[in-house]
Amino acid sequence: MTSPAERGLRESATFDRATIAGIQHAAEHGVYDIRGWGAKRAVPHFDDLLFLGASMSRYPLEGYRERCDTDVVLGDRHAQQPLHLATPVTIAGMSFGALSAQAKESLGRGASEVGTSTTTGDGGMTEEERGHSKTLVYQILPSRYGMNPDHLRAADAIEVVLGQGAKPGGGGMLLGQKISERVAEMRTLPAGIDQRSACRHPDWTGPDDLAIKILELREITDWQKPIYVKVGATRTYYDVKLAVAVGADVIVVDGMQGGTAATQEVFIENVGIPTLAAIPQAVQALSELGMHRKVQLIVSGGVRTGADVAKAMALGADAVAIGTGALVALGDNHPRYAAEYEKIGSAAGFYDDFQDGRDPAGITTQDPELAARLDPVEGGRRIANYLRVLTLEAQTIARACGKAHLQHLEPEDLVALTIEASAMARVPLAGTDWIPGRSGF
Amino acid sequence: MAALRKSPETEADGGSTTLGEEARVIDLASSSVRELNAELHSPTARRYRVLSPRGTHAVAVGIDDDLDVHVEGDVGYYCGGMNQRGRIVVDGMAGPGLGENMMSGSIRVRGDASQSAGATARGGLLVVEGKTSMRCGISMKGVDIVVGGDVGPMSAFMAQAGRLVVCGDAADGLGDSIYEARIYVRGKVGELGADCIEKELRDEHRAELVELLTAAGMTDVAEDAGALGEFRRYGSARTLYHFTSEHAGSY
Ligand SMILES: Cc1cc2nc3c(=O)[nH]c(=O)nc-3n(C[C@H](O)[C@H](O)[C@H](O)COP(=O)(O)O)c2cc1C
Repeated sequence: MTSPAERGLRESATFDRATIAGIQHAAEHGVYDIRGWGAKRAVPHFDDLLFLGASMSRYPLEGYRERCDTDVVLGDRHAQQPLHLATPVTIAGMSFGALSAQAKESLGRGASEVGTSTTTGDGGMTEEERGHSKTLVYQILPSRYGMNPDHLRAADAIEVVLGQGAKPGGGGMLLGQKISERVAEMRTLPAGIDQRSACRHPDWTGPDDLAIKILELREITDWQKPIYVKVGATRTYYDVKLAVAVGADVIVVDGMQGGTAATQEVFIENVGIPTLAAIPQAVQALSELGMHRKVQLIVSGGVRTGADVAKAMALGADAVAIGTGALVALGDNHPRYAAEYEKIGSAAGFYDDFQDGRDPAGITTQDPELAARLDPVEGGRRIANYLRVLTLEAQTIARACGKAHLQHLEPEDLVALTIEASAMARVPLAGTDWIPGRSGF
Repeated sequence: MAALRKSPETEADGGSTTLGEEARVIDLASSSVRELNAELHSPTARRYRVLSPRGTHAVAVGIDDDLDVHVEGDVGYYCGGMNQRGRIVVDGMAGPGLGENMMSGSIRVRGDASQSAGATARGGLLVVEGKTSMRCGISMKGVDIVVGGDVGPMSAFMAQAGRLVVCGDAADGLGDSIYEARIYVRGKVGELGADCIEKELRDEHRAELVELLTAAGMTDVAEDAGALGEFRRYGSARTLYHFTSEHAGSY
């Protein structure tokens, strides 16, 4: 059969098939679509940047021979025990509840093997996670599910979450299918209900309060642990300045492409700014305060490859965090589950129903049979492999740019392919010395 | 820690608390809150008196021990935050986030408390003899809170578990989006929050109420049948437990 296009039929750019399906879904069910994953629309991204390798005017380093270090210290502004990670690629906060215990354990195993950190999420710390993660960052979210001072003291760092790139200004949601007995108990909620988590913290509101909240957390943990502040990318320049002012040791900026376990589609696609636009704002804020590299910047939202890692770092990030990429490494959206994805109305490469707990790959589920498909030892191996590849790829690029440390990458190493990316990333359009909005017009 | 000194028994008791001999004194006029909390985290005594708090933030936070701490004056934000097993008495007013995320033990404030008293607290007993500002018991997760006076708007917002007793009035929005916590109010209640309803107060609830008032030391109310009869019980209608668009106005 010939395709509609071959028959001369024309699809609307405004009312494309996904839009039509969305309207029909709303009309049918009277509820908006809630899903996982991150923004699916195309936005200016790391793909729109290229590196200028060394040649005559710059000196490259010998691949596989000359050192290119990758380690990073996080949180040495105020904490007595800053983290020292072997690679700047960290695992982002994803809750037990959103993820199966097996998935959390896999992340811990993989990260520990390569010397990086993992992060808890909305739902508290599990013993498996603490046990298998050499370096574990403990999130404090508005819901405070499972919040426990023993866990605070057992953590290696503390991350106060103000927002996520997928839903800046939004609270959390975990639908009843995923509220198993164990998840319910950890969150002090009845099993099986649709659980809402607040978007504002219960015991502080503005930055003046947050400064005192951070003081309290430091007092509770005797000033030992680094305190991160995580924000979804929106008014990043101001948020980062305020985060420095409230006393953060580390600031996590999560761009709009960042993944989520369950958020309204309308939120995911329409709120927040791209990661690419957020990084220079954050770096500008830090630099103006004389805090660049003193308060470390972790960037997340759409980091997939070592090139993305290198680009984020060249723009001024100290480290990155990955969520979706790590789930894919564990087997999310793998073609081997194609038939099962079809059965639940999706397809390999398109699956985003992290909220409904039927994940064939056993990652975003609390169903014991599905979760048992993921072997944490094998999962850990895959995560470690992926993290190593990301690091090696970033090193490859850094050496080509003549850098003996990933942190030596700089904006001067980059050019942009599009005017939009050039304006957002504040690096010149390739082949020109033009940065829109910066160097004339 | 220069300002740490032993205090004789006669000096120790600010009123009706049980501070005995050997209360260590930490005077926040000359010691920092860091010194205070460091001492409480590796205690060299069982009983402490904290003098001149003058609204200091984070007083006696993160206690994880069987300690008595008597704070003589007003405290700022987060006094007694994340307390485990400690028994803290504040002879004064308390700022926002009093006893936030407390796990066990007790906190008693002789005066009033500001916003978010007992926020997310998971256990123990929090007593405010005066009144509290808004959001008292927000997201409470198992704590018992007894307030001698009124509570402000949006108290017990998203309260998950535990019990809140209000001997005075409760302002608008009480129990909004409440889960399984139980609320008892003696005085007037403003407009109830979404999904919060009045429920029948049966004998087992009356017994629970007496137990809570007694534990809080409010025996005059606990032993007065007339007063007890004025309490009403509130809890979740559980209509928001499952997401549907029919409730769009309530989310
Ligand atoms: C399944 C899943 C669960 C998540 N849970 C949390 C969470 O509990 N807390 C949080 O701050 N961020 C959460 N996030 C967001 C991640 O921490 C991170 O910001 C994001 O995934 C980074 O973007 P990326 O997915 O493109 O790598 C979650 C993301 C996913 C995919």
